[in-house]
Amino acid sequence: MPEPNLVLENSPLAAMTREQQLIASVQQGRRELFYELVRPYERRVYAAALAILRNEADAEEVCQEAMLKAFAHIPQFRAEARFSTWLIQITVNEALMRRRRDRTVVMEGLAEHPDEEGNYTPRDFADWREIPSEALERKEVRQRLAEALAMLDRKYREVFMMRDMEHLNIQETAEALGISTASVKTRLLRARLMLRDLLAAGWERGWFSRLPFEKGSKPW
Amino acid sequence: MVVSCEAVWREISNYLEDDMDPGLRSAMEEHFRSCQHCNAVLEGTRNVIRLYGDDRMFELPSGFSRRMERWLTRNVVVSRGTWPGWLIAAVAAVLVASSLTLARSLMTPNPPLRSEHAQAGHGIPPDMVVVVTEGAKLFHVPGCEVIHNKDKQRTLTAKEATREGYVPCLRCMRKYLNLAGARRAGAHAEKDEQREAAIRAAVD
Ligand SMILES: [Zn+2]
Ligand SMILES: [Zn+2]
Repeated sequence: MPEPNLVLENSPLAAMTREQQLIASVQQGRRELFYELVRPYERRVYAAALAILRNEADAEEVCQEAMLKAFAHIPQFRAEARFSTWLIQITVNEALMRRRRDRTVVMEGLAEHPDEEGNYTPRDFADWREIPSEALERKEVRQRLAEALAMLDRKYREVFMMRDMEHLNIQETAEALGISTASVKTRLLRARLMLRDLLAAGWERGWFSRLPFEKGSKPW
Repeated sequence: MVVSCEAVWREISNYLEDDMDPGLRSAMEEHFRSCQHCNAVLEGTRNVIRLYGDDRMFELPSGFSRRMERWLTRNVVVSRGTWPGWLIAAVAAVLVASSLTLARSLMTPNPPLRSEHAQAGHGIPPDMVVVVTEGAKLFHVPGCEVIHNKDKQRTLTAKEATREGYVPCLRCMRKYLNLAGARRAGAHAEKDEQREAAIRAAVD
């Protein structure tokens, strides 16, 4: 990271990361730096909104509104919080509000089942092999993963999204979605195991067959 | 401590979170060493977490960043003091809506009724290189004297500029704009922009 030349060595700013400097500058009125500050998180913020709203146009609109809210509240942002988490929480909040508002047209809400209390039994015990992350360079793979995620019930999908994709911790996920940490853990377990089964089934149908794995081995 | 497969499945998520007491943890490790099924579940779940946790899973719709930057420029950078952001946004939306109609009419091929003479050289070529600047609503021929903030200018095609809501500058784009209606609409946009700038200056 290039050392910004305006920072004096003895200034308290010297010990700050580029992000902390940006936050401090925006808080002091340098509005033009706000986009630079939030830009690295655009993708995560959008994905969070999309996970909740499931509509690209709505998600984008909510992101824009959420960024304005973040700007309006940035004087209250405290350095001990993670900025990315803070942004995502604002976005999730905005998206949930939007969904509540539009609830009448969202059929999915009616089909919610209560948390499954019973244990989840994995269905597929195929031999595994590590799938290299480079597989994600292939649009087909990303699409399969997205499709599997879309098959989960909303409550599992959202928790999985926040914890495993947005990298919020359990407590932050609970706060963002307004549920208990116990619920987060139960749903997370189920989401992870269901996704594994869904993708294992996909493997059998040849979704990943063109990936360079050893013949006969299965990654799930 | 000995754990069953069922217990392992129940705890596998906590195991991966490293959220359990050391006794259970080592019992599970022991189990994974001897149980192929649970090992498959563990490694598959690790695959799930690693792949979905990768940044490459996130794709933005095309133009998202550009629209976000423009949105924030309008509502955060440009709107100062007590000038409420939503009002600027509303004004901008009206301007964009009207200018879009105008620009679309400029860029589509001329209607068939017009004479061949009138068609020649009219309309802005969609892939013509033009220049825009932050906070302004006009697009220009590079080097136009009306461009302010030359250090913040950005180059793009006329088509992209139009899609982003910019309208042609009357000074430098005039030769493309000899449709009477277009000139009127363009003049409106320019006047609106001046008015907006004046309001902003007054509020500052
Ligand atoms: Zn086992
Ligand atoms: Zn010009």
